[in-house]
Amino acid sequence: MIEARGLARTFRTRGRTTDAVRGVDLDVAAGELVGFLGPNGAGKTTTLRMLTTLLRPTAGTATVAGRDLAGDPLGVRRRIGYVGQTGGTRPEARVHEELEAIGRLYGRTKSDARARTVALADRLDLTDLLRRPVKALSGGQRRRLDIAMGLVHDPRLVFLDEPTAALDPRSRANVWQHIRALREQHGTTVFLTTHYLDEADALCDRVLVIDNGTIVATGAPAELKARVAGDLVAVGVEHRDLPRVAEIAARIPRSSEVATVERGVQFRVPRGDLAMPELLRALDVADIATTSLRVHQPTLDDVFLTLTGRTIRDAELSTEQEAPVGA
Amino acid sequence: MARETWLVFSRALMLSLRNPAWMIIGLMQPVLYLFFFGPLLEQMTEHTPGFPPGTSWQILTPALIAQLALFGAAFVGFGLLAELRLGVIERLQVTPVSRTALLLGRVLRDAVHLLTQSVLILILAFTVFDLRASFGAVVLTLTMVFLLGIALASCSYALALTLRSEEAFPAVLNTVLLPIMLLSGIMIPITRGLAPDWLYAISRWNPFTHVIDAERASFRSEFTTDALLTGWLVLLVLAGLGVLWGVRTFRRESA
Ligand SMILES: Nc1ncnc2c1ncn2[C@@H]1O[C@H](COP(=O)(O)OP(=O)(O)OP(=O)(O)O)[C@@H](O)[C@H]1O
Ligand SMILES: [Mg+2]
Repeated sequence: MIEARGLARTFRTRGRTTDAVRGVDLDVAAGELVGFLGPNGAGKTTTLRMLTTLLRPTAGTATVAGRDLAGDPLGVRRRIGYVGQTGGTRPEARVHEELEAIGRLYGRTKSDARARTVALADRLDLTDLLRRPVKALSGGQRRRLDIAMGLVHDPRLVFLDEPTAALDPRSRANVWQHIRALREQHGTTVFLTTHYLDEADALCDRVLVIDNGTIVATGAPAELKARVAGDLVAVGVEHRDLPRVAEIAARIPRSSEVATVERGVQFRVPRGDLAMPELLRALDVADIATTSLRVHQPTLDDVFLTLTGRTIRDAELSTEQEAPVGA
Repeated sequence: MARETWLVFSRALMLSLRNPAWMIIGLMQPVLYLFFFGPLLEQMTEHTPGFPPGTSWQILTPALIAQLALFGAAFVGFGLLAELRLGVIERLQVTPVSRTALLLGRVLRDAVHLLTQSVLILILAFTVFDLRASFGAVVLTLTMVFLLGIALASCSYALALTLRSEEAFPAVLNTVLLPIMLLSGIMIPITRGLAPDWLYAISRWNPFTHVIDAERASFRSEFTTDALLTGWLVLLVLAGLGVLWGVRTFRRESA
């Protein structure tokens, strides 16, 4: 569905140049739900704007939905849906008018556009809101409308830029459900950006991690997590057993970073769940009673830390501090 | 393209009709001029040597309409900047609609807006005040206003898209528009009899001078080539260049 090679974009504003995206290669297969994960200013929106014909790349080529980006932008536009970071509906317009107007711009007749509006409203739980002005919608309702606006022409490929930014947890879960339905019930390929790690984790088959305009890792969320040293196992035991438990932990195949902490021992192993039976058996044989036992799976935050040496939060803080200088 | 332009136009028109307050606010300035400045000019035209022929209302009304264009149509880029901030423009640019239609639809809406305001001002000047003009003069003037609206609105969008700043845009416009307005003899015509030579010479370089002169000539029923040709030529060139600039900027925006 998407195949991009060396996509890059440099912005020039008043003598300053910003390399927003520096040579991105992308491959997204039909039916995939792919997440583009990165901190503020990483280049997510810029990449998306290039892939959706909104911004001309300074270098690189791409085929989007079977059409060449540079050679047939019109063909690309006809085949893709795009939901921007800021939505794109007029506050004073009514919900059904916005949907119908966009439908007509995609070449539908009046009655066809109306029918499509009703169908989409049903799909995205907007039916009762159709006659409301956009400005009277809640954040979550607005986002659902934004998504509906991107689906008016039933595209096979949809780009969503930060679909759940600034939503409360319940609305986020609701929007997630609709995004999943897009793929599961309609077979739509979805490419979304996010800087929420839990979102990428909960939603995506595959994650591309972008930092500073470059893709630093790709893989399924579980795969990426496995790249970090692995799961963290924490065993709580009586103080006198600590040395013996540490020894046992060190003997678990592929364990690492064994450390004695206040009331227990912790260590890393690639798959905590697989190491567990062996650990329990060894403890049993040694006749050691455990007070607690926990396996922490690494989060994508850990992944980001391993890949870039910074947590996502640090990365955001540093771009925020740079921002006033650039502005 | 015609269908797309019509869609963009009718949608834009519908949204602006929902908020008629803006049209009324835009009319305040010329109405105030008619009431509080017009009577003053009545005496001046009669007693000041050097004033062009025609009654004071034949001089003032065309000028007020031109002023509406300069301070109404020229500022439409503001709306575009607001929509840019909301993502509305992006939302439209990602559809297969031609970039030219996206611009022309809006520009036509603005021209119709300006035309309606001008008609209202003319009605007021005819009924309440002592304006006399032939039907032909009114049609000619309204056509000119429509073209002026197209020219100025296109330029306004192009400028807004180039600057992309809600602070810089009005600053640049005001800097450009005030001298243009003063040098076109909107309030007091710049004639050889009234103005020093250098001021007269500069005013001849201002395209809007010729447009207003042509409007005033038609109000005086002076339908000669001499009086109208320059103004119309200037206007057609302005409209052509404006649309070209607008379309180019709209196209350059995306791939
Ligand atoms: N039109 C522009 N002109 C100049 N610089 C720009 C422009 N658009 C983006 N940039 C810069 O390019 C870099 C990448 O921006 P981009 O919007 O792609 O980031 P992002 O990953 O989408 O961030 P966020 O999570 O905040 O949305 C930033 O440093 C930004 O300031
Ligand atoms: Mg972004």
